[in-house]
Amino acid sequence: MPVETASIAAMYETALTIRRFEQRAIEQYRLGNIRGYLHPYLGEEAVAVGAVAALRPSDYIVSTHRGHGHAIAKGHEPRLMMAELLGKATGYCRGRGGSMHVSSLALRNLGANGVVAGGMPLAVGAAFAIHLRGDSDVVVSFCSDGAAANGALHESFNLAAIYHLPVIFVLENNNYAVSTPIRDTALVENLSERAAGYGMPGVTVDGNDALVVRAAMEKPLQRARAGEGPTLIECKTYRQGGHHVNDPGLYMPKDELERWRARDPVGILRQHLVDAGVAEAEIAQIDQRIEVLMDEAVQFAIDSPEPAVADFLAEISAA
Amino acid sequence: MAKIKYRDALRIALTEEMERDPLVFCIGEGIAERGGSFRVTEGLLKRFGPTRVIDTPLAEAGFTGLGAGAAIAGARPVVEILFVDFVMLAMDQIVNQAAKYRFMSGGQGRVPLVIRTQGGAGEALAAQHSQSLEGLFYHVPGLKVVMPSTPYDAKGLLKASIRDDDPVMFIEHKLLYMTEGEVPDEDYVIPLGHADVKRAGTDVTVVTYSLMTLRCLEAADRLAERGISAEIIDLRSLVPMDTDTIIESVRRTHRLVVVHEAVKRGGIGGDIAATVVEQAFDSLAGPIIRVCGKNTPIPYNTSLQRAAVPSVDEIVAGIEASMGASIPVR
Repeated sequence: MPVETASIAAMYETALTIRRFEQRAIEQYRLGNIRGYLHPYLGEEAVAVGAVAALRPSDYIVSTHRGHGHAIAKGHEPRLMMAELLGKATGYCRGRGGSMHVSSLALRNLGANGVVAGGMPLAVGAAFAIHLRGDSDVVVSFCSDGAAANGALHESFNLAAIYHLPVIFVLENNNYAVSTPIRDTALVENLSERAAGYGMPGVTVDGNDALVVRAAMEKPLQRARAGEGPTLIECKTYRQGGHHVNDPGLYMPKDELERWRARDPVGILRQHLVDAGVAEAEIAQIDQRIEVLMDEAVQFAIDSPEPAVADFLAEISAA
Repeated sequence: MAKIKYRDALRIALTEEMERDPLVFCIGEGIAERGGSFRVTEGLLKRFGPTRVIDTPLAEAGFTGLGAGAAIAGARPVVEILFVDFVMLAMDQIVNQAAKYRFMSGGQGRVPLVIRTQGGAGEALAAQHSQSLEGLFYHVPGLKVVMPSTPYDAKGLLKASIRDDDPVMFIEHKLLYMTEGEVPDEDYVIPLGHADVKRAGTDVTVVTYSLMTLRCLEAADRLAERGISAEIIDLRSLVPMDTDTIIESVRRTHRLVVVHEAVKRGGIGGDIAATVVEQAFDSLAGPIIRVCGKNTPIPYNTSLQRAAVPSVDEIVAGIEASMGASIPVR
């Protein structure tokens, strides 16, 4: 398989892993094994997959409340993710964090975040630490249209810009901040226009095509690694469902949803594979591999022990 | 050993820690070129350069979060927020992000962040530049809270705070910057969570911190003339709190007065009183008295401002009240 084809195949595999992971997580939620909030990344897979495909392992990401896709793209193991969602001792955060706080410092994912735009200043700070050490790593700060009206986003844009920090703000414009459409909360056509106010480049790209997203990362990465500062990439995409697992999303017009489903990011990557000459049978093997991985992930999470209350109490009394 | 100002002691602590660890950096409003509103960071820019001594825009949430993120990624930031009142702009980053990161990540992460700020009334700066808000941070699990009263403590505690792996709210008092005290030249660290008995006494325990320590000492001098021996405990750090020293003292004196500038309602004094009741109820010979700030925003007018926070007279009266209401010790 040529290098580029192998790369597309890997991206397809990651995107489908995210898709299936979310579907399994929703099943586990319905069974009552996952509690609290669960914000599926369904329909937005191409953004995480495309952005992270352009990174080195030592680059950081800072995620959002809708963070499972970012984590899987950054190399998190689905079984340890699922265990965290089930609140188990074997999860990435030993059951202390749950869906909204999945992180792995070893994989340089500084974490999902329960506060919209709340992680963005942390991303700028991680970039500052890189700058202080004189390293050439980059931080991808995932954010959303919901964050676009929040002060933390604007302060983060400005700080990253004035200190020329190696941050790439990847803004997932999925059209809705919980239930409010972006046209009601922003008067610009493209949120990337916000970048100009901070003296940094801003581009808007098709967020449902992972190859487009990956290509859009190239210049911003060069710029960041050269110490020239941040870039804003707005990825136009769509949340194929409600805000969280218990939100039926009745405010989302049916025809709008259908239009976006016709441009499904996993389907688009699959088509890229077909176009690259990969046989259906080979693609089917990937699909099959993921099913097995998901079965294992769910079983591992279910079989894993609960965190011990005694350990928790000992930890907090020592703190 | 030289006699130096509180603000100079802080600067020496920053300098020593920046010399010691290249990942320590200082960031805040007007701290580099101008050297800070209270001249604590004067000269640091020249010595350590613009990568480690950084002026910020007036964006407290942004640069405080920058500090937290840099800390998570391995640096040791000292973020300066000009007034504790302005820390309110950065509360999400402090309370929801920095304070919880270590826990939420299941112990993977560390946030070695120091937020230096200053509070308190006394310079006619009115309601939005004079507050004592330590109780807010005291209430949030995951934060440490340090409030030194002397140049010696300021240096040793700031150094300990910078070396600590958890976020520390380091709250100075605007009336202390020009106070002087003996500070040894050598590198010393005062571990967090150790109260200091600033004056030993036998009749009544007075627990306090920050500027009020100085007023309590003055009150103790006056009471000594009348034959009352007050023990003055300066907590130095509120989280972690040295309750052992408080309890041990109350078991000897059988009386407790708590003094702080922050408003009484919901204040730390109530928590200290409750702790003593829980752990040393049988030692108490009288009611616990709290001498605290009034439940009011700080007024501009100087006479009104003075009336809003504890004076030496009020502290003396509070201590006398604790003695006068005494009942026989069991």
